[in-house]
Amino acid sequence: MRDTLTGSRIRERRQISGLRQAELARQVGISASYLNLIEHNRRRIGGKLLVDIANSLSVEPSLLTQGIEATLISALREAAADAVGQQAEVDALEEFAGRFPGWAGVLAQMHRRVVSLERTVETLSDRLTHDPHLAASMHEVLSTAAAIRSTAAILADTQEIEPEWRDRFHRNLHQDAERLADSSKSLVAYLDDSEAADDRRGVPSEDAEAFFQANSHHFPQIEAGGSGADIDLSAIESAAARTVTKGYLDTYAADVRAMPLDDVQKALTEAEPDPLALAARFSVDIPTVLRRLATLPEGYLGRPTGLVVCDASGSILFSKSVPGFAMPRFGEACPFWPIFQALNRPLVPIRKRVVQLGRTAAEFDCYAYAWPQAVSGYDDAPAYHSVMLVRAVEEGAPSAQSATRVGPSCRVCPNDACASRREPSILSEGF
Amino acid sequence: MSRKVLLIEDEPNIAEAIRFLLIREGWQVETHAEGSDAIEVIQGANPDLVILDVMLPGKSGMEILRNLRELEGMQHLPVLMLTARGQSRDREMAENAGVSRFMTKPFSNAEVLTAVRDLHAQATRS
Repeated sequence: MRDTLTGSRIRERRQISGLRQAELARQVGISASYLNLIEHNRRRIGGKLLVDIANSLSVEPSLLTQGIEATLISALREAAADAVGQQAEVDALEEFAGRFPGWAGVLAQMHRRVVSLERTVETLSDRLTHDPHLAASMHEVLSTAAAIRSTAAILADTQEIEPEWRDRFHRNLHQDAERLADSSKSLVAYLDDSEAADDRRGVPSEDAEAFFQANSHHFPQIEAGGSGADIDLSAIESAAARTVTKGYLDTYAADVRAMPLDDVQKALTEAEPDPLALAARFSVDIPTVLRRLATLPEGYLGRPTGLVVCDASGSILFSKSVPGFAMPRFGEACPFWPIFQALNRPLVPIRKRVVQLGRTAAEFDCYAYAWPQAVSGYDDAPAYHSVMLVRAVEEGAPSAQSATRVGPSCRVCPNDACASRREPSILSEGF
Repeated sequence: MSRKVLLIEDEPNIAEAIRFLLIREGWQVETHAEGSDAIEVIQGANPDLVILDVMLPGKSGMEILRNLRELEGMQHLPVLMLTARGQSRDREMAENAGVSRFMTKPFSNAEVLTAVRDLHAQATRS
C-alpha cells in the first residue's frame, strides 16, 4: 500500500465525480481543511474514514489505496532518463502516476515499445553487419538488380545499338535474371529459416546453445537426479548438434551431482555467492562452481548471470547470454575479457569488474578460470579450457573506478585507442 | 586527347553496361575487377576519373580510396563510388575517406552519366 498517494487518488476521484471538497468533507463528517490536507497527502488516511470516503465516491476503498505498480514507476523513470532534450519532473513522477494513471500507463507503454523497437533495429543492424551470409546475399541481390537495371535501360533507351553489343546485353540480361531469381530465393529461404528458428541453424554449438536457451539453461529432470540421457533431444535436427548438446548435458548433470540445488540454495542464503568459497564448501573445482552458478533457476542469484566457455584458441564453445553484455556470434570476442586473460594464467582464479563499452555501458563482475582438460600422455601439452561467469552488477551500485573497459568484438567496439584492435570499428568509421 | 575513366568493379555485367555508356559519351574506358592491386592499377592508368566499387575482392573500395588519397597527386582525382550499402553511415564513411561522389546500387544510367559529367567538369575547372 502506498499511503502517500491515497490522497491524490481521492482528489482525482472527487474531481471526476464533480464533488466539491467541502461537499465531500460534509458527507463524511470532517472539515474541508482536513480533507484538503488528506488530498495533498499531508495526512495519512485509513480505517472507517477511508471506507466512508470511498462510499461517497462510489469506489472500492482498494482503488484509493492500491499502490501504483512498481513496474509503472520504474518504466516512467526509465522513460525520463532516456528522454533526449526533455527534462522530466522526476520528483513529481509518483504524483503524476497517481493522478493520471491512464496517461502514465500510455507513456510507459510507449517507452517500452520504443525500447523494444530500438532493440529490433539494433538486432537487425547487427545481423546485417555481422551475418556474413545475409550481407553477401543482400549485396548479390542489389548488384544483380543494378546490372539488370542498367542493361535493360541501355536496350530500351539506345536508338541504334550495334548487334554485337545488343546480343551481349541480351545475354547478360538473361544471366542476371537467372542470378537474381536464385539469389532472391536463397535470401528468402535464409530469412524464413532464421525467423522461424530465431537463430542460425546448422552450427552444432549454436544449436546446442539454442536448446539450452529454450530450456532457460535449467533441466528439472537432471536436478531431480536424472542424467543427460533423460533429456529428449529429438527437437535438434542434426546428429552433430545432438552430440554436442549431449556433452553439455553430461557436464551439467555432473555439476548438479557435485552441487545439488538444495545445498546450493542453502549456501546462497548463508553468504554472498563467492566462487572460491563455494568450491571449498562443496569440494569441487572452480569451473564446476562457475558453470553451476550460471545454470541456477532465475532468482537464485538475484542478478542476471551469463557464462562463456572457450578453448585455448579463444574459440567460444558455449555461452549463456546476459542482458547488456554482448557476445559476438561471428568473429572473435574482445581479448580483454577476463576469460582470455585467464588462459595466460592457468589455474589462477581471476575476478574483475568490467564495463562493456557501447550503448548501455553496463558493469559486470566477471570470474574466470582456465584449467587443463586432460593430460594425454607424458610430455604432452595439456589442452586448456577457460570459463567465465558474468554477473550483472547490482542496480544502483556505485560505479567502480577500476572497472576494466572491454568491448564485444572489434567491429562494434567504439574504443579507437585500443592497442589490441584487430580491425577498424564500424562504429568509429560511422557505420 | 581522349578522356580516360578507370572502372574498378568486380560485377562483369555492371562493368560492361557502364563501359558501354561511357564509350558512347566519348570516354576511353579501362576496367579492373580486383581490389588488392587497385592502387597500382590507378597509378599505372593515370585516369581522369575513377569509378570504384566498395565490395571488391582483396581490398575494399573504402580502403583503396583512403590509401589513394594519401598518395601525392591523388588528392583531387575524381572518384565516383558505387555501393550496394547505402546507409547514411556508409555515405559518411565514404566522405571521410575522400570520395567525390557516392552512388548506391541499383542506380540509373542517367545518374551515372550525370555524375561522371559533373565530376569531370569540376575537375577541369579547378
